[in-house]
Amino acid sequence: MLVSGIKSRPQYAGLEPDIFAKLNLIICDRDGSDAVIEMLRRTDGEFAARSSVLLCAEGTEWSEINLIIEGMKPASAAPFPNLPATIARLKELLATAKMGTRIYAAGSEPLIGSVIQAAMDFGVDYKSVKTEHRGSLKRRVQCVHCKGFTENVTTNPVKCASCGLTLLVRDHYSRRLAAFQGVCIDAEVPGEIPETTVEFP
Amino acid sequence: MSISPVRRMRVAEVERVASRIKRFRLVDAAGHDLPAFSGGAHVVVGMKKGDHLLRNAYSLMGAPGDTSSYQISVLRTEDSRGGSAFMHEEVEVGSEIEITGPVNLFPIAKMGRRHILLAGGIGITPFMSMMHELSAQGADFELHYGVRSFEQGAYCDHLKAQYGDRVRLYQSDKGEKLPLERILEDQPLGSHMYVCGPKPMIDWALNLGRTVGWPEEALHSERFGAPAAGTPFVIKLARSQREIRVGPHQSILEALEQNGIDAPYLCRGGACGQCETAVVACDGPLQHNDHYLTDDERRSEKKIMICVSRTSGSSLTLDL
Repeated sequence: MLVSGIKSRPQYAGLEPDIFAKLNLIICDRDGSDAVIEMLRRTDGEFAARSSVLLCAEGTEWSEINLIIEGMKPASAAPFPNLPATIARLKELLATAKMGTRIYAAGSEPLIGSVIQAAMDFGVDYKSVKTEHRGSLKRRVQCVHCKGFTENVTTNPVKCASCGLTLLVRDHYSRRLAAFQGVCIDAEVPGEIPETTVEFP
Repeated sequence: MSISPVRRMRVAEVERVASRIKRFRLVDAAGHDLPAFSGGAHVVVGMKKGDHLLRNAYSLMGAPGDTSSYQISVLRTEDSRGGSAFMHEEVEVGSEIEITGPVNLFPIAKMGRRHILLAGGIGITPFMSMMHELSAQGADFELHYGVRSFEQGAYCDHLKAQYGDRVRLYQSDKGEKLPLERILEDQPLGSHMYVCGPKPMIDWALNLGRTVGWPEEALHSERFGAPAAGTPFVIKLARSQREIRVGPHQSILEALEQNGIDAPYLCRGGACGQCETAVVACDGPLQHNDHYLTDDERRSEKKIMICVSRTSGSSLTLDL
């Protein structure tokens, strides 16, 4: 159902360490932590010692959180219960950060998008944030009609959580909102709705 | 041929602003309003001397919203190929010249929260319009300006009077050095650095920025200057079946223009990509002097930016 070739659809180049950065702020979820551990393995211990990880641990068991944090050593890491709490902490850190700070985001697209959105609020160019997508393809979707957001969307079409319209999820993406755009799918013939499929597992 | 139209301008004012620098104020020859521009923009000035045609890029220095006139500053270079000598010796109030533009390849990063401007000598010019814009927006900025001496530096008094403590001067005749490492190390996230000046200064600033941990996207530069000289060679035009000689102090683009061939260009400084030309054959190595092609593209020897790059071989066949 997706229209491909939409230029705003983000591309994620993969985590690349910047050895000159004075401080590395790394934000990841459980799936993204594999990419972080792989990047830390490619660098020396000093890079890791300059690194601080914010782990979005939603849906992750305590025992597993401890394993992930252990795997990232010698980087320091702190778990947060969900994405909003993770981003709130990130913003606190960015408020006093210096230019030698580099930001890395690994995991789901809503996580990466939220990190870039927060960084942009502090004047960081989105291209300066190193990103790697891992795990679920779930999306944050904005309804172009009521402007409400629907989180963790895996199906296409999807019902808008705010106004109830059935939305076609497009590749059309907004960096400012960190969301894909959803457009009413049965505007011409109300009720004529294609079968719902899991397009973003 | 530039993608922007040619505009005939009349010189309304000429002022010597430093020992080797003159400021020119240009108005539309037909009395029309000029397009507004943005801080950091430049125009390309065409200069005809006999059958010799030269085009040089000069930054606009006035207020970006002022559509009544454009102002440029020209340094009389010692090894002038004719451009700066022409502007200094032959252009006076009432002279008419042709320009194209304005074009901006050195814009302010609008999302930035702080702006560090680094100027060396005549590299001050793009910052004159940038500071107008930043100041009007209430943006946080500072200028670090290196000059040989107070007499040789343009607009030192004006800048101090206008912007006060935001402007720091460094005079090399007094042994003052721009403490760039210290400046860059202590800037808040969201800062941007802009540098314009002699090539060694630009290279130094960009390199230092990277090594103190600034991301590439926050480091901005603009280079002006004559295309690098070299040995003469012949260009063969595959499509139009012509052969044209390129002199040692001439660029391929200038040689084409002198022979009446309208090749596309925009910045004439190897930055914008407009004059990218396919190389059909070459009997010697290409000398890439641009800042546009990727390293892979350079190694492939399939593309050349004809405004600044050349060959050390004797002939080069282009898809023109």
